[in-house]
Order: sequence, then C-alpha cells, then structure tokens
Amino acid sequence: MLPLFVAIPLGVGFLLPLIEEFRDRTRLFSLFVLLETGGLLALSLIKFGDKGIYRMGGWAPPFGINFVQDGLSSLILVVISGIAFVTTLFAITYMKEYENLGKFYGLFSLMLAGMYGVALTGDIFNMYVYLEVAAISSYALVGFNRGAEEIEASFKYLIMGAVGSVFILLGIALLYGSVGSLNIADISVKVSELPDDSFIVLSTALFIVGFGLKAAFIPFHSWLPDAHSSAPTPISAMLSGVLIKVLGIYALARLLFNGLNLPGIAPSILTWIGAGSMFIGGMLALGQKDLKRLLAYSSISQMGYITLAVGMGGILIGQGKPGIATLALMGGIFHLVNHATYKSLLFLFSGSVEKIFGSRDLSEIGGLNSVSPVSGAVGTIGTLSISGVPPFNGFWSKLVIVIAAIWGKLYPLAGIILFTSAITLAYYLKVQRQLFMGKSTGNVSESVKTSAGLYIPLLILAICCIGLGLLYLPEIRGIVLKPAALALQEGSEYTKLVLGL
Amino acid sequence: MLTYLLAFILFAVGLYSVINKRNLIKIIMGVIIMEHAVNAFLILVGYRMSGEAPIVEEGVSISEFLSTAVDPLPQALVITSIVISLGVVALMVGLAIRLYQHYGTFDITEIRKLRG
Repeated sequence: MLPLFVAIPLGVGFLLPLIEEFRDRTRLFSLFVLLETGGLLALSLIKFGDKGIYRMGGWAPPFGINFVQDGLSSLILVVISGIAFVTTLFAITYMKEYENLGKFYGLFSLMLAGMYGVALTGDIFNMYVYLEVAAISSYALVGFNRGAEEIEASFKYLIMGAVGSVFILLGIALLYGSVGSLNIADISVKVSELPDDSFIVLSTALFIVGFGLKAAFIPFHSWLPDAHSSAPTPISAMLSGVLIKVLGIYALARLLFNGLNLPGIAPSILTWIGAGSMFIGGMLALGQKDLKRLLAYSSISQMGYITLAVGMGGILIGQGKPGIATLALMGGIFHLVNHATYKSLLFLFSGSVEKIFGSRDLSEIGGLNSVSPVSGAVGTIGTLSISGVPPFNGFWSKLVIVIAAIWGKLYPLAGIILFTSAITLAYYLKVQRQLFMGKSTGNVSESVKTSAGLYIPLLILAICCIGLGLLYLPEIRGIVLKPAALALQEGSEYTKLVLGL
Repeated sequence: MLTYLLAFILFAVGLYSVINKRNLIKIIMGVIIMEHAVNAFLILVGYRMSGEAPIVEEGVSISEFLSTAVDPLPQALVITSIVISLGVVALMVGLAIRLYQHYGTFDITEIRKLRG
C-alpha cells in the first residue's frame, strides 16, 4: 500500500497537464484533485499507526530502496494529506479565475508526490530525489502568477533552494564515501562502528546547512517571506503549512536521529539555531504591514519552536534523560501538527481577506468583524491559536515544550520560549486591532462575502485548531504523539524495523 | 588526494560566484559549477586507480571482481543528479528570461521590487 502515496499523485501530476492540452475542463480538474487528496487522506488515516516496510523491486535492504512507515511518518502522512485536502477545497473557488489550471494542479500533485516520498523513504539518495521533485514544483508554483514580483521571488527561492540541494548532495557523497551505504538504517549501524570520523562530522554540518536552507532557519531565511507571500494563496498555505516542515525539519531530524546517531554537538547547534529563528523571526514579523509577509515571518519564528524542541530532545538524550527527551520531542511534533493547521488556516484566511478588500496591506484595510463576521471569527481563532491563548491548540504544544525545557534544567531556553510567545502575541494583537476592529475602508466585494467555497475550508481548519488541543490529554497523546517521538528517539527500533535484525 | 581537493576548489568557486556576482547569468553559472563539482566528487568516491568496468564476466570470481572493479553506485547516482540539475537549470534560465522581460536588466541589484 505504501507506494500508492507516491504513485497516485505522481500519475495525476503528469495526467492533468496532458489532458489540458486537448480539453480545457477546469471544473473537472479541481474535482479530480479533490478526489485524489481525499482518497490519500482516507488512506493515510486507515494506515495510521501501522508499522511496515515496502521493498522496491523486492530487493532487501540495505541494497534496494525501501519505504518505511513508523510512528513519525504515519503522523506526517496524515498532516500532508489533511492540509492538501483542505487547500484543494479552498482552491476550487479561489483559483477559478486563473488560467492553466491543469498545470497548476499538476505541479501541486507533483509537490505532494515529492513530500510523501520524503516522508516515507528509507534511503538518503532517494530522499534527495523526492526532495528535488517537491522543491522544483514549488519553485514553479511560487512564480505561477508570472508577474514581476512573483518571478523575482521564485528566482530568489530557486537559487537558495538549488544551493541547499547541492550542499545536501555533497553531504550524501561524503557520507557514502566514509560508510559505503545509502540506507539510513544501515548507515546508523555503520556509523556506530566508526564514531569519530571527520568526514561524518563534515557531512552532518553540510546537512544542517542544506536542510536549513530548505527549512529557512535564521541565517538562511531571506527567501521565505518573498516566496511565501508571492505564491497563490493555496500554495502559500501548502508551503508554510507542510513543505518547509517535511523538507526541512522532518528530513533533518530523520537523518540526525535515525541515520547519524546524533553526532556530538549537532543537537545543541540545532537548538540554538531554533532559538535564534524563533526570536529574530518574531522580531522581524513585528514590523510588517503586508498580512501575508507577516504570516511568512511568523512561520520562521514558529519553525524555530519545532527545531528548538527537536534539538532539545537530542541534548536530553545525550544527557541520559530519556523520559524528558521524549517529552521534548513530543512537544516539537505536537507543535509541528498545530502549526500546520493554524498557519494554513491563516494563509487561507489572508486569501479570503484579499478577495474581500482587494488588498492585504494592514494599514489600508480594517473592520473585518463588521464586514464579514464568519471570516472575522475564523481569523480570530487562528490568531489566538498561534499566539498561544489557552483553550486553543497552540497553547498546549508550547506548554509541553516549556515543561520539557524546565524539567531538563535548560532554563535559558525556557526563558527565550516565553519571551517569544509574548512577541508573537504582540504582533497578532496588532493584526487584531487593525484588521478585525477598526473602520472598514476601501471597496468591499459583496459577492465574496457570502461565498461558501471560501469559508467551509476555513471552518474545517478552525475546528481542527480547537479540537487538536485534545492531543494534550495523556490517553490520546500516548496513541498519536508518543510513537512519533519514540520513532526518533529509539534509533535501534528503526534499524530493527528496516534491516530485520 | 589532489583530485578531491580540486573538486572542493571547484565547489568553492561556484559558491563564490553565487554569493558575490550581480549578473543573473553568472549566478546561474555558479550553481551549475557547484552541481558539477559535486558530480565530480561523487565519481571520485567510487573511483579506483586502474580499476575495471563493473561488469561481471564469466569465469571471474566475485572476490576478484570486487578487488578490481570500480564502484558502480556513484555513477548511477551521478546520472540521476545530472537529470535533476538539468530540470533546475532549465527553470532557472526560463525565470531569468522572464525577469529580463519584466525589468530589462540582468543586474540583481536593480531587480528589487520585494523588500524584506
């Protein structure tokens, strides 16, 4: 069943542009893609919690390529499929006026195929190939509007992304040169036999830089605000909600925890990069006027939380505190799921705001609560979740991360997390004041105000924002988050699953 | 050892070009040079002095084959990576043409509508 996750979107991705050459049936395309993502969502929910391995062409690992499903990849599959489904639902109405929809949905499906591949594969070169499939289609999607700014953002993203990919490939080459294997589980076995190899250290550094460029950690972040704010809105939601997580932090964590057995100071580097991204991203978001750019900077900041929690898990494993390490990793993964829901909610919301007012400049628009109460309510839920106000999901994941930091006696980190939460609250209060309250200015499009196609996806995500807080309950946490955290923490379990030792 | 070093120097030349040049075409060439440097390095990883093509012939024992043949896996990887870089370069050049149509220049410092 596992190859279906890659095969279905890959097939659809090539089929749709081909059909478009002969017949222009926009409506059918979007319904077809909705069916595709819905089917994948159902498949990922059915397969949730399974553990298994699929051998390509029947070659046993470490020789052949294999797909691995464990606790973490199950969760990532559900996140990708869920956000993709809601985004497609939104795109049906939002993308109506665009041309070349066959190519749009084709690239969208290819991006999905790449992300599923990264989430499932157990082979580093194969991971690189899927990463490039997802990345190249996202470069093209960012420039899909073909205006001057979109092309500029796409080019910037493409250059940074290509440099990142080259770093990753060099890291893979060095790793292959020193251990002679490409299978992640097999690498883990061989690395533990030669712990102090300088080439492995070098390739770890290259991986951190390469995946850091893809995930927009703070010294490498300059492309993200441009790319994420220039892309068509459904794509912004996909990029910020899922792509930077799967291509960046998930792939890096998989390699560091399961492949390289957490070499030396790598977890502390990751932690401090995370802390820096969190703080500086938040500070930069404070000064933004464009709603989408503000959300993009806030993505950098929120990715910092996830990176910090994952790095902290690594540090605590090194200190021999496995219980607290599990808690930290669970916090990071919980925050990943939460950020995927509320950031795609906020990006889709910004798209509907742009449709209503014809602008995204916060100094020009205002009074949303009186213009469109539904949209205002949904946006309020999103902003409250992301700033960590108690009943919503963002609060619970931040709480878990802070508790892990305090129990692990990493007090400076706990301080930075709390301070950044305050900054996050500050810039979302600014959005609240200017966008939701305030006076309605500019022309309001009456037809959009009541369009159900734009609001149903937002409502679904808003319900998720409230409902996902339940993951904090120990019973549910034990089923969903704990297997995911343990998949990273127990490297030997992964090796056992893949190699069957 | 010297050849490994040369691959790294080539990599550094490409990186310098991407970071320091103002012309879009030179930046694109920098990325291409980096990709080629990594491809060359991958080939070197599997290279063996006076090795043979990795094809098993009749009458050759496996241990003898392993001690003479070069490692075929990096070569397969390089073919894949060349195909990927073809796609990336095609997209880069296409975008550069579009940028030229919009801005009338290849100078990266004059292409600045987005500010951050």
